[in-house]
Amino acid sequence: MNVISRGFGGRKRDGDVELPPGQYLEHGFPVLQAGPTPPVNTATWSFTITTETGDSTRWDWRQFTALPAQDITTDIHCVTQWSKLGTRWRGVSLDTLLDGIETNAGYAMARSYGGYTTNVPLPDLRDGKAWVAYEYDGKPLRPEHGGPARLLVPHLYFWKSAKWVTGLDLMLRDRHGFWEQLGYHDYGDPWREQRYQGD
Amino acid sequence: MARTAVSGRLSWLVATVKEARDETATARTLALDVPGWPGHLAGQHVTAKLTAEDGYAAQRDYSIASAPEPDRFEVTVQRLADGEVSPYLTGVAAPGDQLEVRGPIGGWFAWQPADPRPLLLLAGGSGIVPLMSMIRTRDQAGSQVPVRLIYSARTPADVIYQSELSERVRVSPLTVSYLYTRTARRPPPEPRDTQDTGPQASGTAGPGGGRILRRYGDRLDAAALAEVAFSPRQKPAIFVCGPSGFVESAADLLVAAGHLPGAIKTERFGPS
Repeated sequence: MNVISRGFGGRKRDGDVELPPGQYLEHGFPVLQAGPTPPVNTATWSFTITTETGDSTRWDWRQFTALPAQDITTDIHCVTQWSKLGTRWRGVSLDTLLDGIETNAGYAMARSYGGYTTNVPLPDLRDGKAWVAYEYDGKPLRPEHGGPARLLVPHLYFWKSAKWVTGLDLMLRDRHGFWEQLGYHDYGDPWREQRYQGD
Repeated sequence: MARTAVSGRLSWLVATVKEARDETATARTLALDVPGWPGHLAGQHVTAKLTAEDGYAAQRDYSIASAPEPDRFEVTVQRLADGEVSPYLTGVAAPGDQLEVRGPIGGWFAWQPADPRPLLLLAGGSGIVPLMSMIRTRDQAGSQVPVRLIYSARTPADVIYQSELSERVRVSPLTVSYLYTRTARRPPPEPRDTQDTGPQASGTAGPGGGRILRRYGDRLDAAALAEVAFSPRQKPAIFVCGPSGFVESAADLLVAAGHLPGAIKTERFGPS
């Protein structure tokens, strides 16, 4: 199918920047979420990794922010077609958090304050590909952007980067998270334009 | 029956503009003929793809404005000053022109006519569009649930669907409360459907039990919400759509008023 929209030129404003298919360049930072922003207090915040055998490892805010952190500069791609380039974050690598945790799991379910969930293959959280981020652009991460801490998995569509994250459940078999149950793609690779199931 | 969620492979369909009509100086409704379109749930959106002569293509998501029916739907597009696609859809696209669409998308921000709960809708600017689909769908389906809409717009001239909303207020249990954020005073010649009830607000009741309220120079706050909203005890279904700042403050006000976070569904657009 090759439908031409008469009189549409497009702005091609993105110049020679290479974006994933179907994406456009955004300079603001849009917010995508399904409900109210949950109040999350760092005094009671915790992050817990639970393995398939039920073993769990927990950090409170003080322990978490005492872990070695990294500065990350990365492009992000939202399934609602916008991409934002060169965003700057600070957070703890999942390699650090998963270090020493014994598991045979192939998948992880990220869980958030407010009830949001999203599923990610565990290898996509390892080897320097994912973080729990708590600063954006040099400042504490704002609540509407997922603060105090969110998952950051920038090589997948941004709904995988769960806001207000409070834990990971490691799983032997994949299950659907919140948007995935509603028809969004299980993996969500922007470069293969995996927006919806069947893509 | 439209599906409740995206399922199977969503393919691109050819859409032909059947009708274009201006809603405001910057918003236009396009009625699209889309053979093979399965219908949708009120609140869902669609991805539109425009392809230029040289093969360059751009995609954007738009909320569906119409009540569901097979093989056609309407979108209302707000022109963005620096937009790439919206100036085309609101200014150039004319009957007979074609684009591609994929959807419906989004099974969360969606209202089902079988839902028995009262319906509370909060719109900021063009966030009215998916909520208008809910109002139209309710009437089309014969649902009897009462509906209350709080609609924040910069000025009366920025209100989309004004005459249709007035007519629906006249004949159905729909209450509309307009908040004009950048018009400080009521203009002297009053619209016919309005009568004074106070210095700021004005309203009138129709035979359907609905009424129209207008507040000038007001942003949404706890008082404006309390004036119109159902109480948490009435367990309304709540949908909020608009720019991120509007949605953020509306959702916070709703939670502070005692509504359960799980009953509040939000959809946002634009950078924050």
